[in-house]
Amino acid sequence: MKVTVDEEKCCGAGQCALLAPEVFDQREEDGIVILLDAEPVESLHTSVREAASMCPAAAIELGESS
Amino acid sequence: MSGPAGVLVVGASAAGLATAEALRRKGYRGGLTLLGAESHPPYDRPPLSKQVLSGTWDTERTRLRQPATLSELDSEIILGDPAVGLDVATRTVRTASGLALSAEAIVVATGLRPRTLPGQGELTGVHVLRTLDDSLALRPALLAASRVVIVGDGVLGTEIAATARKMGAKVTLAGPQQAPLESQFGSSLGNLLGELHAEHGVCLRLGTAVTGLTGRHGRVTGVRLDTGDELPADVVVVAFGATPATEWLAGSGLRVDDGLVCDSRCRAAEGIYGAGDVARWQHDALGTSLRLENRTNATQQANAVAANILGEDQPYVPVPHFWTDQFDTKIQVHGLPNGDAEVTIVDGSTAERRFVARYQHNGKVAGVLGWNMPKQCRLRRQEVVDALSAPVP
Repeated sequence: MKVTVDEEKCCGAGQCALLAPEVFDQREEDGIVILLDAEPVESLHTSVREAASMCPAAAIELGESS
Repeated sequence: MSGPAGVLVVGASAAGLATAEALRRKGYRGGLTLLGAESHPPYDRPPLSKQVLSGTWDTERTRLRQPATLSELDSEIILGDPAVGLDVATRTVRTASGLALSAEAIVVATGLRPRTLPGQGELTGVHVLRTLDDSLALRPALLAASRVVIVGDGVLGTEIAATARKMGAKVTLAGPQQAPLESQFGSSLGNLLGELHAEHGVCLRLGTAVTGLTGRHGRVTGVRLDTGDELPADVVVVAFGATPATEWLAGSGLRVDDGLVCDSRCRAAEGIYGAGDVARWQHDALGTSLRLENRTNATQQANAVAANILGEDQPYVPVPHFWTDQFDTKIQVHGLPNGDAEVTIVDGSTAERRFVARYQHNGKVAGVLGWNMPKQCRLRRQEVVDALSAPVP
């Protein structure tokens, strides 16, 4: 799994950091998403998929469907 | 997980798409149909009052999913064909083009329709903003306008006012509250939002209801206030609320009361569910029925609906969340603050225009609001979670 984020789309909601804190954080100053791990291990894939789907700004893209 | 033989999702916007995605993510492999009234593939609404209206994004950027991702959903997507009726007994939806679509489970995710002023349809120059097409029609109107009046002092009205002002229009914001968003933010932070708008040159005409439109030769000339005054305008944007799009459920026997009425599982009847702006459901932790018109709820409720369709039998008890971006200010709200709550600044300061405010009602945290402090506000969200899970005294 390859995770990419679009900082310009990010609205700072922080849903991703709630759902997958191992993979996503937020910048202190403006709340924009920080990608901590672009290739998370398989055990995190479910929560990352959920975070991508639940992102209210559709700012998280996942490559490869595996 | 096996689940029903087929699922039909009525509404192909954020909630509808998220329901379909959540079903697949949770392992559902049965038939899946997504029915949308608009001809556009699923797109996102929050940018319509900001990036699309201002012209910084083209419409392609509002797409919620790329075509390849949509096709991976392995679902039938029918667009440009509104639902016009539902037969609950056979779980069959009729569409405007004459289709009859049946499924074992049906999800109602038809969203909202903007409220309008009397006579609005007969006057050119009067706009609403709900759809992509609305935003694309409003943009050139704002660019050509000499005087714009926004009717509505809520989230959408203030966002449009900020964008229109940034586009160079002469903007007046009208609404019945003493300060924008006062009923949610309370008077002190409502006034702070009003100050922000005034500093950027938005003329505020608040505390007075708009009673109607004035026009000449079929074109709008202004809005009338209940003081008797008239605010002249060549473009008017009406953004004073929206009603759930439930007309098509008339005669279905389903209960509609400011939204499709659902139980704590977001279920309106056996095999029929509601998701997103249109759904009013029983929030067990708050002990009340609730309907949320925000983007975060669309995906969260969709997730809950998908889980319940697949038999998880979980109540939907979210911490409500919305955000708004106005000028250079990002506001995040978790929970349900309201104008009567006691407000305390718990991080930062209002003087710096960077802070988190806590709203307490009867000593209980009802919500937190972040003003240019999204991360800090999200960390404070836990206080709302704790208050929600505390036993009711």
